[in-house]
Amino acid sequence: MRYYAYYPGCSMEATGAPVEEAIHAIAKPLDLEFIQLEDWTCCGSSPFAGVDKAKAVGVTARTLAQAEKTGLDLVTPCSSCYTILQEANDLLKEDHRLAARVNEALAEVGLSYNGTVKVRHIVEVLFNDVGPAGLAAKVTRPLTGLKVACYHGCQQVRPSYGFDDTELPDWLDKMAAALGAEPVNYPLKARCCGSSLVISEMDVALDLIHKLLQNAQDNGAQCIVSTTCPLCHTSLDAYQPMVNGKFKAKFNLPVLAIPQLIGVALGLDFKSAALTGNIVSPKKLLEPYFSGKAPAPKAETAA
Amino acid sequence: MTENAKTTFLDEVAALPACDRINECIQCGVCSGSCTTVANWEYPPRKAIAMIRSGLRDELLSSNSVWFCVSCYLCTARCPRDIRPAAIMHGLETLALREGYKPPTNTTTMYRTFADSLIGNGRIYEFGFMFKYFLKTNPLAALRLIPTAVSLLMHRRMPLAPPKVKGRNDLDKIVRKMSEGGER
Repeated sequence: MRYYAYYPGCSMEATGAPVEEAIHAIAKPLDLEFIQLEDWTCCGSSPFAGVDKAKAVGVTARTLAQAEKTGLDLVTPCSSCYTILQEANDLLKEDHRLAARVNEALAEVGLSYNGTVKVRHIVEVLFNDVGPAGLAAKVTRPLTGLKVACYHGCQQVRPSYGFDDTELPDWLDKMAAALGAEPVNYPLKARCCGSSLVISEMDVALDLIHKLLQNAQDNGAQCIVSTTCPLCHTSLDAYQPMVNGKFKAKFNLPVLAIPQLIGVALGLDFKSAALTGNIVSPKKLLEPYFSGKAPAPKAETAA
Repeated sequence: MTENAKTTFLDEVAALPACDRINECIQCGVCSGSCTTVANWEYPPRKAIAMIRSGLRDELLSSNSVWFCVSCYLCTARCPRDIRPAAIMHGLETLALREGYKPPTNTTTMYRTFADSLIGNGRIYEFGFMFKYFLKTNPLAALRLIPTAVSLLMHRRMPLAPPKVKGRNDLDKIVRKMSEGGER
């Protein structure tokens, strides 16, 4: 069993609920234990950084200080939290004046931060600590023949904290392939979904989501396998009907976050893999796999 | 900081968190060419940086530029001088709000409402924050979102009660203390 300090992020309690549920469903079978930080608070996120960057770093530092006390790696599924936590962590190491101010503020609430936390994205944990081979070994329901477009999004791979390629990442593709699925070519796999701009500049964001869906469909994908980021997942899944309305399109592309896809391949049922919360239902698409009528995996040909 | 005649707009920006490498900019334009939403920017990122150097403070801070930044970090990943353009855009946002500029965008209100939700609840309460934002800006625009909100509700992805965690008192104290630390 591997242990991690776990920071879900605010959206995981609401729009990201299915992704969060799937993470906890696959943790045990993969020998991972995510220990949630007690009484965690918002990471600060980009909107707060826009209002006041220095205060935002102070808010972020509370989470880093809490994680430091556990002595474990700090893992988050939200790409936005990941970038915010990484950025603040770096900033507190390089800007000593800011670090001193932040520690004075943390002292008010009985905390301090010494800069020793390692911040990790859960997709990176799945890829490096479990790995495609580790996943393949646990597959009981291979996803043979399922054509997937793997959407990594922005903040999982950029700015860049040593995580995959910043332009054309393929870690999700490698994990999906390990589960038996067929990743299709997906040039826009690391382009932006619009994130919170869907609230204040709805049309700009819908345009971005439209491009991502179109590109996946044009390349023959039957569904999108997304990163665990609740903003990415919600943009592609929950806003798909709005994109259809605006662009007179007929997209019906289920969006499975990678833990949901892993859940299906590990043999969990539809509900346990947290798929009932998806707005574009993957029920019909996955039916052959749940009823055992899916094509058998191709036999390995000797090289 | 503005009263000090010797402090240029460039100095002011360079002193913001993670903006200290702005002087290394070679105006190559990779940031503008990479920007996800560049078509909407009054002054695209490269030009914005040129304006910071030219001291065009009022023009830049009252424009819609930077408020379209989606924090996709393509500029930052590609910048050949590693100046972290996204951090500069975030810094300009902080500066514009602090100095009372009124850029022609609702994103400023969205950010402020977000920050209030964060400090008030300790965690972001998505439904409440969006509700307040649309009340403050354009309630009619919310009509478009109703079907999405209903389907999120039906799929148990939109709790109707705010989270309210104890840690919100900590955030309040941290932010208060950070406010004492002077302008930065």
